[in-house]
Amino acid sequence: MRDDFLRHMPGAERHLGGGRSFFYRFHIDPILLGLLMILATVGLFILYSASGESWAHVERQATRFAVAFGVMIVIAQFEPSFFKRWSVLLFILGVAALLGVMFFGVGAKGAQRWLQLPGLPRFQPSEMMKLIVPMMAAWYLSNRYLPPSFKDVFGTLILIFLPVFLIVQQPDLGTSILIASAGLFVILFSGISWKIVTAFVGILAAFAPVMWMFVMRDYQKQRVLTFLDPESDPLGSGWNIIQSKTAIGSGGFSGKGWLEGTQSQLNFLPESHTDFIIAVCAEEFGFLGVLGLLSLYLMIVIRGLYIAVKAQDSFSRLLAGSLILTFFVYVFVNIGMVSGILPVVGVPLPLVSYGGTSIVTLMASFGVIMSIHTHRRFLSR
Amino acid sequence: MRSSHHIKDANREKSIFAFRSVIALFIVLGMLSGLVARLYHLQIDNFSHYQTLSDQNRMQLRSVTPTRGLIYDRNGVLLADNQPIFSLSIIPELIEDVDEVVERLSGVVEIKPSHIESFKKRLKRTRRPYQEVVLKSKLSEEEIARIEVRRHAFSGVEVTAELARYYPLGEATAHSVGYVGRINEKELATLDPRNYSATRYIGKLGIERFYENELHGTVGFETVEINASNRILRTLDRVASTRGKDLVLHLDARLQLKAMELLEGKRAALVAIEPATGGILAQVSTPSFDPNKFVTGIDHKSYAALRDSLDTPLFNRALKGQYPPGSTIKQVIGLAGLDTDTTTPEYSIMDYGRYQLKNDERIYRDWKREGHGRVNLFDSIVESCDVYFYDLAFKLGVDEMSRYLGYFGFGSNRTLDIAEARSGILPSREWKRAWRGVSWYPGDSLNMGIGQGFMLATPMQLATMTAVLANRGQWEAPRLLKGTGDGSIVLTQRADEGSDVILNKPENWAYIVDAMEDVMHGKKGTARGSGRGSAYRIAGKTGTAQVVGIAQGEEYDAEALAELHRDHGLFVGFAPAENPQIAVALVVENGGGGSSSAAPVARKLFDEWILNLNAIDQASEVVSR
Repeated sequence: MRDDFLRHMPGAERHLGGGRSFFYRFHIDPILLGLLMILATVGLFILYSASGESWAHVERQATRFAVAFGVMIVIAQFEPSFFKRWSVLLFILGVAALLGVMFFGVGAKGAQRWLQLPGLPRFQPSEMMKLIVPMMAAWYLSNRYLPPSFKDVFGTLILIFLPVFLIVQQPDLGTSILIASAGLFVILFSGISWKIVTAFVGILAAFAPVMWMFVMRDYQKQRVLTFLDPESDPLGSGWNIIQSKTAIGSGGFSGKGWLEGTQSQLNFLPESHTDFIIAVCAEEFGFLGVLGLLSLYLMIVIRGLYIAVKAQDSFSRLLAGSLILTFFVYVFVNIGMVSGILPVVGVPLPLVSYGGTSIVTLMASFGVIMSIHTHRRFLSR
Repeated sequence: MRSSHHIKDANREKSIFAFRSVIALFIVLGMLSGLVARLYHLQIDNFSHYQTLSDQNRMQLRSVTPTRGLIYDRNGVLLADNQPIFSLSIIPELIEDVDEVVERLSGVVEIKPSHIESFKKRLKRTRRPYQEVVLKSKLSEEEIARIEVRRHAFSGVEVTAELARYYPLGEATAHSVGYVGRINEKELATLDPRNYSATRYIGKLGIERFYENELHGTVGFETVEINASNRILRTLDRVASTRGKDLVLHLDARLQLKAMELLEGKRAALVAIEPATGGILAQVSTPSFDPNKFVTGIDHKSYAALRDSLDTPLFNRALKGQYPPGSTIKQVIGLAGLDTDTTTPEYSIMDYGRYQLKNDERIYRDWKREGHGRVNLFDSIVESCDVYFYDLAFKLGVDEMSRYLGYFGFGSNRTLDIAEARSGILPSREWKRAWRGVSWYPGDSLNMGIGQGFMLATPMQLATMTAVLANRGQWEAPRLLKGTGDGSIVLTQRADEGSDVILNKPENWAYIVDAMEDVMHGKKGTARGSGRGSAYRIAGKTGTAQVVGIAQGEEYDAEALAELHRDHGLFVGFAPAENPQIAVALVVENGGGGSSSAAPVARKLFDEWILNLNAIDQASEVVSR
């Protein structure tokens, strides 16, 4: 680490200009950091309202942000080659941990997601896989000739779907979708032929009924059915989605005002401070407010893609591109499900929803992106 | 293409990546547009729809029960009050397993099977969502405390307070004021759903029923904000309810209680009317029942006991009891005779205790076996001679008797505000043809002349007749309502509800009243025992109504008859005779003769009213001046 500093900082300084020297000394992208901090601040305001004006929630969330930003800064100090070097080992450890969850895991509400190892704090291996799977896929493909051959794509798919399969078993559909898409984004960015993509989509569509019959759990099927027709069970499983649509719709153009959202303040909106928090934002700040929030997410995605394009090697490019698109998948799936165009899967709204692990994982991935951006050698190009 | 596979081409990889990033950005923008379009659809296109849904979620229109008007007697004594009662209620929507909760509740307060039974019935009725259903009414303070400390264990269970009717005089007013009870499904169908949306009680009987509209008031509404668990957070808007009108009755609670006391232990009915106003001072039917038991719902066993009692306490004898009036109508028949010149004060007959029609073998007996000797109309009223009236009835005929009796209110309900009062039977040729299918025989007229045969009258009708006699023909329809707190109800009698009785010779009034006075004060008066020593003059007439027909030639022995087969004793009268303040009619079922069973009761009531109560009232009036 110290070596990295000494070797690269002078070059980086010259290449990128003196104005940003303070941030680049600590391997931080100030634009991304600024956007993330704005997002986190906005998130705390929404959370305060969504939690029923609970300072305790806001404090705990702010603490998590502090920890997560710390994690991001620490990770940003490592060189991308460091991640590449450790990809395989991390992947093997991750899969082993997932197997561990399968047999010795602890959990709640019928899902087994946590691993309690002696001497270690309780942790959720599937969260770490959100980072490790795209790293592994990027490692595998960046060592091949690109665009990848069909055989290489097939190999990558096996690497991706081994952990995804284990996570589906927990069951945790939301995380599986996020990890699968992270892996698939790597393949797409690697230049895979569109023909193969089309063929895979076709096969997947053909397998959908099989998934429905053999893989999906009853509660997952129920979610899909509810999604297709929420009014069929307005007081049961359709309740959430009806109430969130009502919250969003009644917000109108400019919203009911902060802390004035009746749907959330009077508890008609379930899960209002976790997965359904966007409904609170939409109710209280209206169409304009959500548009503002979406713009913030879009700016982060654009910045991330820019960093990916600027990256100097395939591994970094594939990893950064995959991580930033996965970030967008969070946003899309979450808002999509809350507004009723996607079935309900447990995906939080990044940096706004209340909850610990996803924030840390997300900020870790931004640490990786920052590392990729701030460790470029100025000689190249 | 293939050749490039041997060397990693960094630039190519980089340009592929850049190209794909641009595509990715466009896809991201496309998906974001999809989200924005969705939000636009929800928030802009369908804003008002979702705004309505959101308001429906949080705002609830609740109706506010109006306070029922109170009922007072003529002196301001409360006859019907509203008192808070506490009920154990369940909101079924908030409970998964109602049976289980009821089971657990029975460990906290006593819940009888009858409670559960009627609870289940109420549960099945149509009601608004989240409206509580009463499980047990009238909780004691201890029971309330026992539930309150266990509140946390019983979500969806509430102790609700409401105002319920309370009748301070209990039994004494059951048959006049009536009572309210829970609205049943049949009533629900006919009620204004808006005005009764929060009302649980409705007048079932008596004044409570007749003046239901006035007593009820107007429902209020409040828009409240509720949260997801249906708790009220604040009131957004309120339209206050208007309380029902307070009613003041002509009844005098003291006289009513006195009458109850005098008739205690008897099956009897009494109606007392103030002749000048037609106001009903007392209206009593004994035995009575406690109307308070009916307010929140009487249990099956108590109800069955009341219903099946041989003394029929639920039966309102004063209004629905239809008795042969017996001799109590003789003065009206006499009045008809004089007024139609069928008889004269001078005309007399010789009474040997029996009367026979030409070409008819049947013997019509006098109640006095040996007869009264030579009697004119005056003597016949005083001594209640039957033979004179057989003769007069024969001469008058059914048409004239029916006409004159009709003037005095027989044959229909002529009260202004007592809907339950029965009409009795005023026989006529048409009536007999319609109901018995045969024509009128002269013998029917003889029976009618002494108040027997087909004729039936209620105590209310007898009291009405007596009041008209006391007024010397002036018709004041009987009524319970004296006024309202604000004077907004004015009772007016319609022409068909009765009109003054105009005699061809008005001096006949004095003749008849004199005769009635001699009934009480004359040497031979049938009620001279009850008139003796009074400080004021009473005009009265006794009567005895046969319950069982007595076969020809059979000896009559009251003692030998089973109690329920004994004659009914009747009395009608007013006092003071020259300036009547009170007119009374009463029937003592199976009491035997009217002079022994009914007249003494009337005398005590007259004394109470004229010497005691009116004297007190006048004294206090002097003091307050």
